[in-house]
Amino acid sequence: MDFTDEQIERYSRHIILPEVGGVGQAKMLSARVLLIGAGGLGSPAAYYLAAAGIGHMGLVDFDVVDLSNLQRQIIHSTERIGQLKTESAKKTIQALNPDVQVTVFNERLDSKNIMRIFEGYDYILDGTDNFATRYLINDACVMTGKTNIHGSIFRFEGQATVFKPKVGPCYRCLYPEPPPPGLVPNCQEGGVLGALAGVIGNLQAVETLKMVLGIGNPLIGTLLLYDALNTEFRRLKLKKDPNCPVCSDSPTITELIDYEEFCGI
Amino acid sequence: MPAKVRIPTPLMKLTDNKNEVSAEGDNIAAILNNLESQFPGIKDRICEENGTPRRFINIYLNEEDIRFLDAENTAVKDGDEISIIPAIAGGVA
Repeated sequence: MDFTDEQIERYSRHIILPEVGGVGQAKMLSARVLLIGAGGLGSPAAYYLAAAGIGHMGLVDFDVVDLSNLQRQIIHSTERIGQLKTESAKKTIQALNPDVQVTVFNERLDSKNIMRIFEGYDYILDGTDNFATRYLINDACVMTGKTNIHGSIFRFEGQATVFKPKVGPCYRCLYPEPPPPGLVPNCQEGGVLGALAGVIGNLQAVETLKMVLGIGNPLIGTLLLYDALNTEFRRLKLKKDPNCPVCSDSPTITELIDYEEFCGI
Repeated sequence: MPAKVRIPTPLMKLTDNKNEVSAEGDNIAAILNNLESQFPGIKDRICEENGTPRRFINIYLNEEDIRFLDAENTAVKDGDEISIIPAIAGGVA
């Protein structure tokens, strides 16, 4: 790949890193990353991936920007209230870095559209806010062999990991089934420290870049926990479940499932 | 010295908002019963009626998931750290 003079300057702080170099920057410019959710996690992740020069980004969201989003969803702005989040995010990304091609999907992800939307993307960044979509994304990633960069947040706590099919466990290896409504906090009990979304969303961005570049040790098989109140990071080991309903050798789930969506965090 | 148990945010209502408590017991099942005696109602949030952890909650002894050790019979030593880790979905879109 030949860089323009402007690209050499724009990405100079990457290119001078021996672990990245021109070769790595070219990998980023040809990478294809799909972000599901342009909200709390998707905003910082999309922003930094765009700055890094991820060449093709897909954005999936069906929602519009609301005033109450702006406490954490930094890719949007006050003047964009009422606009589609995908379109708002696309404007911010293109203002930051015209090298990035953005494709928007103004749709709610379900079993019928997910395979079409996934087509052509190598990495899926899960920044959704509900279990139904998380299980759908997991199962589709396992079935298509795509890497799922996972993050979730609740109040002052966050979790991040990378699910790489065949290499490490998947979400169902951890939690075989979504919880039933009523046994998890509901949205009225929600709330989140805005900057926590930045920490976890940026961890997802960093893991995505490492995977694209093929450097370091990604969070495959490791669950990273962040406790913001006590300023503590912890790592737990995740293992492939030999009886996993979706990624084991004899899966019991072979078709995508639309779980009933409920307001559970 | 008893074991240290890390309580996740959604269960802290039951532990007077403490994110870390002590519990006595030789194995995970005993620890869970001890937690219940200190914080009534907590075991029901963590376990099914038969005493196995619910499928959207994992229990770790130090860094290891007890499902890949001896499950509820996993031995606990003084000073071990037990973490209760529920699935959380929030990206707060």
